[in-house]
Amino acid sequence: MLKNRIIPCLDVKNGRVVKGINFVDLVDAGDPVEQAKIYDQQGADELCFLDITASNENRSIILNTVKKTAEKCFMPLTVGGGVRTLEDIRNLLLAGADKVSINTAAVNNKNLVKESAEKFGSQCIVVAVDAKKIKENKWEIFTHGGRKSTGIDALKFAEKMEKMGAGEILLTSMDRDGTKRGYDLDLTKKVSNLVNIPVIASGGVGSLDHLHQGIKIGKANAVLAASIFHFGEFSIQDAKKYLDSKGIPVRI
Amino acid sequence: MSITVIDYGSGNLKSAAKALETAANNINLTSKILVTSDPKKIKQSDKIILPGQGSFRDCYLGIKKISGLSEALNEFVLEKKKPILGICVGMQLFAKTGYESEETKGFGWIDAEVRKINNMNKKLKLPHMGWNEIELKKDCFLFSNIKNKSHVYFIHSYEFKTKQKDCVVATTNYGNSIIVSVVKGNIFGTQFHPEKSQKNGLVILENFLKWKL
Repeated sequence: MLKNRIIPCLDVKNGRVVKGINFVDLVDAGDPVEQAKIYDQQGADELCFLDITASNENRSIILNTVKKTAEKCFMPLTVGGGVRTLEDIRNLLLAGADKVSINTAAVNNKNLVKESAEKFGSQCIVVAVDAKKIKENKWEIFTHGGRKSTGIDALKFAEKMEKMGAGEILLTSMDRDGTKRGYDLDLTKKVSNLVNIPVIASGGVGSLDHLHQGIKIGKANAVLAASIFHFGEFSIQDAKKYLDSKGIPVRI
Repeated sequence: MSITVIDYGSGNLKSAAKALETAANNINLTSKILVTSDPKKIKQSDKIILPGQGSFRDCYLGIKKISGLSEALNEFVLEKKKPILGICVGMQLFAKTGYESEETKGFGWIDAEVRKINNMNKKLKLPHMGWNEIELKKDCFLFSNIKNKSHVYFIHSYEFKTKQKDCVVATTNYGNSIIVSVVKGNIFGTQFHPEKSQKNGLVILENFLKWKL
C-alpha cells in the first residue's frame, strides 16, 4: 500500500536555514545540509528546500546546498524558490534535486510548467500554490512569498496546472503559514478532491494532530511541516508513530 | 570494478553515481564510477546503470540521438552479456514497446510493453509517487538482505507489463499488482529508485555490485 508522506521543509536563505512567521521576522537556525542529514536518519519520506528570498537574490548558493545534500542523503529532494526558467530547473536537477517547485513563475509565465514538464517530465515538476482565503469558499493565489495578490482563483489554477503537466501540487495556506493553527483543511480538501495528482498540504502545522487532520480531513497525500521538526519539538518518528496510532498508513 | 552510469540527458544522474559510490564503499569494493555516453567507455565497463526520467519516448529518442550509444548498449547486454541495471524508465526501455504519448519501440530485451497505470476511475492519483511495499516473488540474489514488504521509493505513471512471468522478481500494489523488478540473465531492472530509497536502496545497489553471473 502506498504510504502517506511526511515531508520536513527547510526554508533556506543565503545557505542558512530560517523559519519565518508569515514570511517575515526570520530566525536564523542552522546549516541545511546538517539538518537534512538528521531528517534522513529519522526516516523522513522526502526533503524540501525552499529558497525563500531567491526571487531577489543570488541563486548559486542554493545549488551548492543541494549538491552537498544530494551527496549525503539518498532520498527524494524537492527544491523551490526563485525558479523562473528552464535553465533554473535544469541547474537544480543537475545539482541533485529530484523535483523542482515552481511558484511565481507558474503564474507569470503560462508556458513554463508545460514546457518544463515536456522537457524534464511531469514527475519532477511541482507547482507551489500559495493561497489566501478571500471569502467563504474562495481562495486567491499570491506570489512573491505571499506579498503579491494576483486575482487568480486557487482552485481553477490548481486544475489548470495539472492540465499543463504538473506532477504534484504543493498547497500552502498563506493565512495559516507560521501560525501553528493547523492547515486550512477546507482548501486542502477542495484541491485534493479536484485534481488527480498528489497534493502536499502545507502551512500552519503546530501539533502532530494537524498532520493527521491534513491527511484524514484534508485528503492530502503528503504533509509538509517546518518549525515543529526544525526546532526539535517533534522528531519525524514521533510524527509517524502518532499517525500510525490514528490508523494513517505511514512508512515506519 | 568499472561502472558506468549512462548519460543521455535524462534527469538526476548525480544521485545514482553517488549512491553507487557509497554502496561500493560499504562493501569495500574498489570501483571507478563514470557518468558518460561514450560508447567506447561503455564497452570497457564491467557493469552499467541505465537511468531514465521523463517519458519513455523522450528517453528512447534521447539514446538514439547519441551516435553509437544504442549499438553499444545492445552489444553490452546481448553479446557480452554483462550486467545492466535499468532504473525507472531505464527498466521500462527493456520492453519491446512503450505507449507513453505515442507508440515507441524500446530495446526489446524482454518481451514486454509499457502502459499507463489504471487509475481505477480516478480513485488513484498519478503519478504513483512515494513509498510503497514490495512483494518478493522469488529468491533472487539482487534482493539479498531485503525483507519481503520492504519500502522503496516510486515515482511513475506507466507500468511494465510482461507475460514472461519468470522474469518478475518483485511487485507492488497500487490498485492492481504492478511489476516493479525484473531479472533476465544479465538484465536487472527496478521501477523504483534504489538511489532514493535510503538504506534499502543502498543494499540493492550493493547486491548489484556483488552480482556475479
